[in-house]
Amino acid sequence: MQRKVALKITTTLCTKNGCLDAGTIERVQSLAFLIPQAFVANTQRSLHWFLRLRSSSIFQVCVMSKAVVDVPPKGGFSFDLCRRNEMLSKKGVQTPPFRKTGTTIVGLVFQDGVILGADTRATEGPIVCDKNCEKIHYMAPNIYCCGAGTAADTEAVTDMVSSQLQLHRYHTGRESRVVTALTLLKSHLFSYQGYVQAALVLGGVDCTGPHLHTIYPHGSTDTLPFATMGSGSLAAMAVFESKYHEGLTREEGINLVSEAICSGIFNDLGSGSNVDVCVITKGHKEYLRNHQLPNPRTYVSAKGYSFPKPIEVLLTKVTPLKEKVEVIEGGDAMEE
Amino acid sequence: MTKQQANWSPYDNNGGSCVAIAGADYCVIAADTRMSTGYNILTRDYSKICKLADKCVMASSGFQADVRALQKHLAARHLIYQHQHNKQMSCPAMAQLLSNTLYYKRFFPYYSFNVLGGLDNEGKGCVFTYDAVGSYEKVGYSSQGSGSTLIMPFLDNQLKSPSPLLLPALDAVTPLSEPEAVDLVKTVFASATERDIYTGDKLEIVILNASGIRREYMDLRKD
Repeated sequence: MQRKVALKITTTLCTKNGCLDAGTIERVQSLAFLIPQAFVANTQRSLHWFLRLRSSSIFQVCVMSKAVVDVPPKGGFSFDLCRRNEMLSKKGVQTPPFRKTGTTIVGLVFQDGVILGADTRATEGPIVCDKNCEKIHYMAPNIYCCGAGTAADTEAVTDMVSSQLQLHRYHTGRESRVVTALTLLKSHLFSYQGYVQAALVLGGVDCTGPHLHTIYPHGSTDTLPFATMGSGSLAAMAVFESKYHEGLTREEGINLVSEAICSGIFNDLGSGSNVDVCVITKGHKEYLRNHQLPNPRTYVSAKGYSFPKPIEVLLTKVTPLKEKVEVIEGGDAMEE
Repeated sequence: MTKQQANWSPYDNNGGSCVAIAGADYCVIAADTRMSTGYNILTRDYSKICKLADKCVMASSGFQADVRALQKHLAARHLIYQHQHNKQMSCPAMAQLLSNTLYYKRFFPYYSFNVLGGLDNEGKGCVFTYDAVGSYEKVGYSSQGSGSTLIMPFLDNQLKSPSPLLLPALDAVTPLSEPEAVDLVKTVFASATERDIYTGDKLEIVILNASGIRREYMDLRKD
């Protein structure tokens, strides 16, 4: 729990074996400031904590605090378990893997609006866990968002902002603007300091015109005429930088987006399968799911495969190793 | 100055999968041709299969620099054997040599996951499977590499006897015919390519039988 505690401490130290010299007292004091929260037991006016110093003799430190400000825990991440996680990873326990999208997502502005594109592969490490997932998320009727990074994070953050936008539409009675979605997303991501690993390409057309933005996991944003994100972003950007120009027509734009995504699909191992495209213009949107399927299965056996029947069970015999006991509510043992 | 663990590694993993299946009078060895590092593809056309002797072929996945060095070493040893004995090495003999070569570098291993296939002195198919330091076993079929966790269970399902009590035990050498075994290999690689990002591009199949060596290629997904 993060609590801001303002302390003015005067310490008196007493040890088992007599009094300490001034040097040791200073060291103990500085240590005390370094780890105030871990051992704080908040009794009325004095804070006791036990310090184990190098020589492993235990000193009882009696502290008189002048002022203790009790601040209720704010929202956001609780970093309580970070030390435990570090300890566990030192012992060799691995953190469970997240499902990342290892992706290629792109967006560009053309003469009538914006076009977004994405591949459809989701990976868990080196294994493909979804061959045809949807990475272009709905935000508003005129705004869509592609997401790269941790799949759960991109889903959750786009769903949340989409709901907020809808409420805002009801409140204002107007069509949502892209900058609104942008501000909601960036402030959420910034407040989580990059721990919500969602890298987004946000695009849409509103009353002020077509807009395209990229949003990074730490909360910074860029406003661009063409953008790419994800592990395949370099492959896709190479295509954009060669062939993009202002005033693309709809057909040219869709072809360029498909080419960029295909570049990511074939040259980046984290991206693959199919191309999804979304075209947004003033008052109209077109979600072209699986616009291209350049990766059909290469071989299907003509004769098929049969699977042998499982071994049949001849006899089932259960021998309990211990007598079954009935567990009843504890009596007086735990009562204070 | 904060202390930092040394983080240079002499090894890299270039990915890929290999499979070998032994039949009554043939042996099929196959590997994909993709070489990658991290999330990038280095080349789509790299052969992981090496012919060590007339009747002995090895497929290796892992760190291709170590694989290449290992192949050179074995080729040199085979040449010496031919000079000394005036004949080619048999597959079981080459299997033992490979095991000893790998264990020789027990404390700085070849990062190479090998599968050796060929015909023994009687003309029956044999497959030997290895770990990185030379532990080996004669088996009826095997797979190694990044896709092996996807391929092996399917091979077990199709080729392995469901229980050792059901005679005759299917394990050792499969009763499948040669075209059926090749079909199985193609299916298995097409499936592994769907789910493993390091496997793909092209499949190279080498078939060894009494009439000699034959090579076949098949396209795989390139994404």
